[in-house]
Amino acid sequence: MADSTIARGFRRIGAGTINAISRAGFATRFFVAVLYHSPSALRRPQLTAREIYFSGVLSLVVIMVSGLFVGMVLGLQGYDALNKYGAGDSLGIFVGLSLVRELGPVVAGLLFASRAGSAVTAEIGLMKTTEQLTAMEMMAVDPLARIVAPRFWGGVMSMPLLAALFSVMGVFGAYIIGVRLIGVDSGVFWGNMQAGIDFWPDVTNGIIKSIVFGIAVSLIAVFEGYDANPTAEGVSSATTRTVVGGSLAILALDFVLTVFMFRGLGNG
Amino acid sequence: MNRATIDLWVGIFVTIGLGAIVFLALKVGNLTSIETKPTYRLEAKFDNIGGLKLRAPVKAAGVIVGRVESVRLDTKTYEAVVGLRIDNGYQFSKDTIAAILTSGLLGEVYIGLEAGGDPAMLADGGRITKTQSAVVLEKLISQFLFDKAASGPAK
Repeated sequence: MADSTIARGFRRIGAGTINAISRAGFATRFFVAVLYHSPSALRRPQLTAREIYFSGVLSLVVIMVSGLFVGMVLGLQGYDALNKYGAGDSLGIFVGLSLVRELGPVVAGLLFASRAGSAVTAEIGLMKTTEQLTAMEMMAVDPLARIVAPRFWGGVMSMPLLAALFSVMGVFGAYIIGVRLIGVDSGVFWGNMQAGIDFWPDVTNGIIKSIVFGIAVSLIAVFEGYDANPTAEGVSSATTRTVVGGSLAILALDFVLTVFMFRGLGNG
Repeated sequence: MNRATIDLWVGIFVTIGLGAIVFLALKVGNLTSIETKPTYRLEAKFDNIGGLKLRAPVKAAGVIVGRVESVRLDTKTYEAVVGLRIDNGYQFSKDTIAAILTSGLLGEVYIGLEAGGDPAMLADGGRITKTQSAVVLEKLISQFLFDKAASGPAK
């Protein structure tokens, strides 16, 4: 009975569920521990500045180039679709709203997860593999405060700035295509954009989203690195989990946040 | 990578990042139009407000002079009571007409104010008595069909 395939199937489901719950619990306790060690880490801002350099500054090029191209594609496709209904003049508001509300935070977040998140996971995972973290503990240096918290906060601080830069480059790209190439009037482009997009709630919602994504991706990245199996294979699968899990977390959180924000708008 | 270089690049990054947020706020989001000026409140009752939404603009001669602040139903008369926030800089006479209008066929719904000739002005909390409700397209069409039917079959 115990060896029947049905029992084995159930056992596998049970083991998977218990494993998932214990990982979720560990991740939550890890998050609390990181927050607990944050004040002592932030008292040495040089550590966090270094991580902002690696997560933020080095992601600048990919974020800005992607933003420019996404904006240019939006300009072309949006104008094509809008012009069928004689609404080509609304290009500005269309591009601005899509970038500020959705594409800026989401695409910048996805790029951030694959560019910076994976690097952080690999770095921490390799430190664990080469027993640097254990060595630090032996020297009475807490790796959570010295290694993990600065990387977490570096990511959290970089993400909103990168998302804003992505949106700005996108708007600029759409401006190049729409106004310079297609010939939408410049005043109409900016005027429609400003009339249709409010700082509150449109721009602020985008900023809130990018902050939430930054927290989620950074937490996943440092957690997967810290939790990685201390082998070459373990580090590589942890890096993969960061990119896959981070991307899925961004898309799922984006849906949840959008639902809440639009319900908020509808009820006034 | 030495400390000074990292500091320099992080400084540049944070500056242009914050600059991007400011750009989004001012150039894209038009933060400057948020009402920080002193305002006063007016009320108007309508039979039907159609698709009027909160924060819809209030215009006089096409110029935005305020926003819709609240919409509620008066349960005694079953009329919609719309609260308007008007800039202190704009004063309206007591016989001003408020109408719910649509910009274009599919455009946004807004409230248009047409100034009257009364020398007395509306004060804070004042009520606009002359109103014109939203035009409901279905009613218009059914009226049109009814008129057509009443005038006999077309020859």
